[in-house]
Amino acid sequence: MDKKSKFNNLIQLMFSFFKIGLFTFGGGYAMIPLIQKESVEKRKWVSEEEIVDIIAIAESTPGPIAVNSATYIGYKVAGILGSIFATLGLIIPSFTIIFAISFFYEKFMQIAIIKSIFKGLSIGVIILIFNAFLKLKKTIKLNVSTTILFILISSYLILNYFFEITIPFFTLILIMFGFVFGIVTEVILKGQKK
Amino acid sequence: MIYFTLFYTFFLIGLFTFGGGYAMIPMITEQVTSRGWMELSELQNFIAISEMTPGPFAINIATFIGSKTGGIFGAICATFGVVLPSLIIIILVAFILNKFLENKYVKGALFGVRPVVLALILSTAITFFFKAVIPYSSGIVSTFNREAFALVIILFTYTILHKKAYKKAINPIILLLLSGLFGLIIF
Repeated sequence: MDKKSKFNNLIQLMFSFFKIGLFTFGGGYAMIPLIQKESVEKRKWVSEEEIVDIIAIAESTPGPIAVNSATYIGYKVAGILGSIFATLGLIIPSFTIIFAISFFYEKFMQIAIIKSIFKGLSIGVIILIFNAFLKLKKTIKLNVSTTILFILISSYLILNYFFEITIPFFTLILIMFGFVFGIVTEVILKGQKK
Repeated sequence: MIYFTLFYTFFLIGLFTFGGGYAMIPMITEQVTSRGWMELSELQNFIAISEMTPGPFAINIATFIGSKTGGIFGAICATFGVVLPSLIIIILVAFILNKFLENKYVKGALFGVRPVVLALILSTAITFFFKAVIPYSSGIVSTFNREAFALVIILFTYTILHKKAYKKAINPIILLLLSGLFGLIIF
């Protein structure tokens, strides 16, 4: 590939993901159809089969799904620079809009009507998080040991609210514990049975 | 230094989030409140705004918290921090091909982390619920917030009915618009 077309590719990647970032509300999963349309149908950067793999990888690696897919597609098209440009394109609309909002946020929140609206919104957020839990629960298969783990951790964390214990990086410790638990029960113990 | 703290806090958040933006909320809540960056109620406002504006939730919330705690450089550091793990990991995965995900240890670790992520999200929802309905601090329960409780019931019933009627989950933005409208009437 000559220099000029490589440069064009980078700009196109950035522009495509800019568009995707600007026109999707509601984060990663809402973005998947747009990413599919843009990178498979319109630009033919990846094939129909590849995109399925990309989404699976984006979902099972850490980090936001949208960023993961942008990075992956960017890499496929134009290497490391490609992933940087695609991710930049995805970030710029969010960054600009939120940064602008953060400027007048404080003043805005002093208005009585806005305060009431946001009291309602904070309740809406609770329902959204609960819905995210229900959605995720559907896609996850739990066996006996992981269900017990799930119940134990949830009840501990909920009780924590009343005991007001704060352990720094406790979430991180729990996630690490999950890794070790998974490796021990799924790989080591199951390996022994065979 | 605030910029470095923001960068590395969001780097960790990006690195240990499995299952999309919402899975980030438990860790963000923990970090933001324990570092005294903001009150929980303010964080909830940020979550609502990040959900209603375009773009990935994770980027929005990182930019918002970064901007609030450290101005434009804070916003850049937080956002850069939250995407950097993705960049590194995805490039590595693309480099050593998809074999990585077929490794039995990786599979095992991902299997074990799922119930933990589920528990974290559920308990965040329930803790937020308690904070709204029975505000509790240092052993003292303040008055039961009837309005908040009523709104939780109304919205929750609505989402269930919506799902039954349309066979698909309610659009988060519609839900937030509704809750804002109810907030205006009730509070």
